[in-house]
Amino acid sequence: MIPAPFDYLRPATRAEAIAALRDRGEDAKVLAGGQSLIPLLRLRLAAPTALVDISRIEGLRGVHRAGDTLVIGAATSHDEVLRHPLVTEHCPLLAQAVGTVADPAVRHRGTLGGALAHADPAGDLPAVAVALEAQLVLAGPAGERTVPAGEFFVDYLETVLQQDELLTEIRVPVPGTGWGTHYEKFHRVAQAWAIVGVAALIRRDGDTITDARIGLTNMGPTPVRARAVEQALLGTSVHNGGIAAAAEYAAEGTAPTGDLAAQPDYRRHLARVLTRRAVERAAGTRGTAEPVTAG
Amino acid sequence: MTQTVPTESANGTREIGRARRRKEDARLVTGRTRWTDNITLPGMLHLAFVRSPIAHARITRIDTSPAAGMPGVVGVFTAADLGAEGIGLPCAWQVTPDMKAPQRPPLASQTVHFAGEGVAVVAARTAAEARDAADTVEVDYDPLEPVLDMEAALADGANLVHPELETNRNALWVFDSAGAGSGGNVDHAITAAEADPDSVVIHRRFRQQRLVPAFMEPRSTVVDPTGEQLTMWSATQVPHILKTMTALSLGIPEHKLRVIAPDVGGGFGGKLAVAPEEIVTLLVARKLGKPVKWTETRSECMLTAHHGRDQIQDLTLTAGRDGTVTGLKVDLLADMGAYLGLVTPGVPLLGAFMFNAIYKFPAYRFSCTNVFTTKTLTDAYRGAGRPEATFAIERMMDELAAELGMDPMDVRKKNWIRHEEFPFTTVATLVYDSGNYEAATARAEELFDYPALRREQAERRRSGDPVQLGIGISTYTEMCGLAPSRVLGALAYGAGGWEHASIRMLPTGKVEVVTGSSPHGQGHETAWSQILADQLGVPFEDIEVLHGDTQVSHKGLDTYGSRSLSVGAIAMVKAADKVIEKARRIAAHLLEAAEGDIEFHAGTFSVKGSPDARTTIQEIALAVFAAHDYPEGIEPSLDSDATFDPENFSFPHGTHLCATEVDTETGAVRLRSYVAVDDVGNVVNPLIVEGQVHGGLAQGIAQALYEEAIYDSDGNLVTGTLVDYLLPAAPDLPDFTTERTTTPATSNPLGVKGVGEAGAIASTPAVVNAILDAVRHLGVIDIPMPCSPERVWRALRTARGGTAHTAGGPA
Repeated sequence: MIPAPFDYLRPATRAEAIAALRDRGEDAKVLAGGQSLIPLLRLRLAAPTALVDISRIEGLRGVHRAGDTLVIGAATSHDEVLRHPLVTEHCPLLAQAVGTVADPAVRHRGTLGGALAHADPAGDLPAVAVALEAQLVLAGPAGERTVPAGEFFVDYLETVLQQDELLTEIRVPVPGTGWGTHYEKFHRVAQAWAIVGVAALIRRDGDTITDARIGLTNMGPTPVRARAVEQALLGTSVHNGGIAAAAEYAAEGTAPTGDLAAQPDYRRHLARVLTRRAVERAAGTRGTAEPVTAG
Repeated sequence: MTQTVPTESANGTREIGRARRRKEDARLVTGRTRWTDNITLPGMLHLAFVRSPIAHARITRIDTSPAAGMPGVVGVFTAADLGAEGIGLPCAWQVTPDMKAPQRPPLASQTVHFAGEGVAVVAARTAAEARDAADTVEVDYDPLEPVLDMEAALADGANLVHPELETNRNALWVFDSAGAGSGGNVDHAITAAEADPDSVVIHRRFRQQRLVPAFMEPRSTVVDPTGEQLTMWSATQVPHILKTMTALSLGIPEHKLRVIAPDVGGGFGGKLAVAPEEIVTLLVARKLGKPVKWTETRSECMLTAHHGRDQIQDLTLTAGRDGTVTGLKVDLLADMGAYLGLVTPGVPLLGAFMFNAIYKFPAYRFSCTNVFTTKTLTDAYRGAGRPEATFAIERMMDELAAELGMDPMDVRKKNWIRHEEFPFTTVATLVYDSGNYEAATARAEELFDYPALRREQAERRRSGDPVQLGIGISTYTEMCGLAPSRVLGALAYGAGGWEHASIRMLPTGKVEVVTGSSPHGQGHETAWSQILADQLGVPFEDIEVLHGDTQVSHKGLDTYGSRSLSVGAIAMVKAADKVIEKARRIAAHLLEAAEGDIEFHAGTFSVKGSPDARTTIQEIALAVFAAHDYPEGIEPSLDSDATFDPENFSFPHGTHLCATEVDTETGAVRLRSYVAVDDVGNVVNPLIVEGQVHGGLAQGIAQALYEEAIYDSDGNLVTGTLVDYLLPAAPDLPDFTTERTTTPATSNPLGVKGVGEAGAIASTPAVVNAILDAVRHLGVIDIPMPCSPERVWRALRTARGGTAHTAGGPA
């Protein structure tokens, strides 16, 4: 790896990090686990003049519970997230989705905050955060602000984060009873990006769906909520084809890209099939056997 | 001289056949070894190349001055600066007398012919400084039309890759069994079949997509000029060929050049090359009088190291309605890319003899048109020509079965060479010395539970299961053990196919064996030690295998084409015979017995009838070193040399069966089970064979499902990273069931055939046949490789729409 030259800064506190970001301006980039930034540097697709390494800042890692909220430090590694008992107990969707990210080596380096701040719509975790209705805490020179995940993502690789702001926490509401969840990822090899992914949270009362939240990965420049599907699912029985009918709306309002992995029409088709499967699995009406995803 | 059959090592157990763990692995897997990029010499400089971002263009200006002023830069060079404008890199295979060959320069000076071609090079004190400086070199290009499509490239008035050649056609090579006297006239077979209601004629076109060899260790070269001597370390699989060809290309006296392939991290044919970067590194080192290193990035490797495959295959097969094939006609277009590498134009020829595969076809014609395009050149990649042939014929046998409504296995059985028919002279003139297709197939069917899977398939079809099951067959053979020198001569290859070995008995009884083979991951050090331990009757641990350094291994033709064991190790066996013969004479002298009364077993010479009169070969080594008492008329030395030139190729074969589940809703393919029963002859180390089969299967499956080097309409490689160029890893592959049947090769004393390429050759058609078998009843008859989910889905959608045809779309 031979990146273009850059200054390497490793602040010890949030305040120092924010000050460094403010001082260095547009050409500074935050380095967390390096999951996405290091490949960009290696290929010289990005050439920031300063990297602000936040990995040694106190208090940016770890998971704890505050009332009805799971609080996850932005610099918590994927591996910590997916193994943390609070996450596996209260937010199995996040644990499941994080477990599909890249490969074990990358999961030990990459961080939840980094994956969200990078805002790659092909990444799994933005859509999951949107479906979970997570709240993101951003720290800047003027203090903290909290942004819903659904408003955090602005465009391809673009968020509401200001140049001198740092994503510090991900706050995930602990769901009440009756919820089932599933992340359905479609990719060609295990360590590849999702061609399409669907995060589904389904709340049942008996056979009736009483609440539904669906987040779509890689169906546009930002993660997308499949609102039409959610609406159609409300009050529907988990049997008798209601889920399949609702899933037909999955591509509504999406703007998937065409690339080497898939053309837009195929992505729209996949969104419908995978949404049906994700909802069925979240609702518990479809086996959770390994889906056919190779090839 | 008498032939020593393998006996056993000193401790009384045979080494051959033992599943020993490889002695080289600890250093290889930890990386604590001499990879080329680990080499650092005092005062060493680093290179970075300036490469063309355009596929085809005239260079109108190169300004190196901005780079020259950058920190750490020692020199910036164009072809002219290096005196390299007259240099052409070698192609060793003039396949036809009228073959058109462009000059392949180390650095382009007037025209670039593919995106990634080097135009200048920077030498600096660190690799980072060299890279930074290279980015500042200014090059102006006057774009020319890229030439990307082989058929368009052959049309009248096509844009020319090399206008001086006046054509994009490199060569036309034809084999006709009628002309060779080995079979009938295939046109007659086609005419007859067309007129016969009891016959069928099947035409198909297959595409062998372009692949990247994707070896693990990127290429790296270090050149040290000391006095008149030039030493080159390079991550190559061919140090001997590299040395001779570099000497010839640059006019360096061969004895002033030493090439060393230290530990090399994979090649798959991709390091069977004389690379422009190797030549440039040498030229810069010589010019500056300093050691120089070049190590490529992964992206540089994918863009510029040679690619493999890339053929369009048109086949016509004729058969009776009972499934008996009456003729096969093959017309290939093979993409050479922009230049000819070491064996580029000959790669399709290695397949020419394999389209008839394990079958008795009465008439066969093969033609291949080699075509230049403005893409990275192609050359050898695991199997080189033979996977392409095997894919095409195994797909055709399935197409024939489908056409006739027969079980595809029955069609194969109807046409294959029966075991009692060996040795068998094929329609392509090869003599298959041994094999037993019935045995391998029977075992594969048993392991696979073929009837049960067919029943499940029928049930899923009946119930309209969204996940359909398919069964794919590949009954393959290959020619390997390259190669009899006289055959290579007849094919106009520029060298022979022998291999060399030397044995040095050291004073303490330890043994050094020097091989001309050049391992790059295969485990020669372990396998060679096992063989020699049995031959000489010395402990496995007492043997050191030396390779890869042309001053140590002074003679050799290196490693490719599954040749190391069946050619290289046989040279070692011959050398061991010489050592034993000479040691026998000395033993007779020391034991005061007649030479005819000396017996040799497990490393010990003894006198017939006097069991106490004995000495070991290791004791004799010391006696010879001391030289106090040895017979008159012989030299006090136990060293030996031997060169082995095989009389025939070897012909591994096997039966591979693959079951796939195809999700008809998404197009996703899952490999459910894979059975490989291979006959690779006698086995030296089952663990190494197993590893070769697993790796080969992974690569062949990857061609079927994942890999494709794609160029856009401007001629840019758009799969230039391992994010876009998909390689499978362990989670993406099923557990393989592997077994072996054994019919020893008759062409060498070990009875070995070679296993380096078998898995990669066999598996691709097994997988694609299985996918098509799953969806053929839905109207899909072909899916281009790699069979990505999108392509499978599109094929299904098109078929449902009423017209079955080849599915397009990106991978």
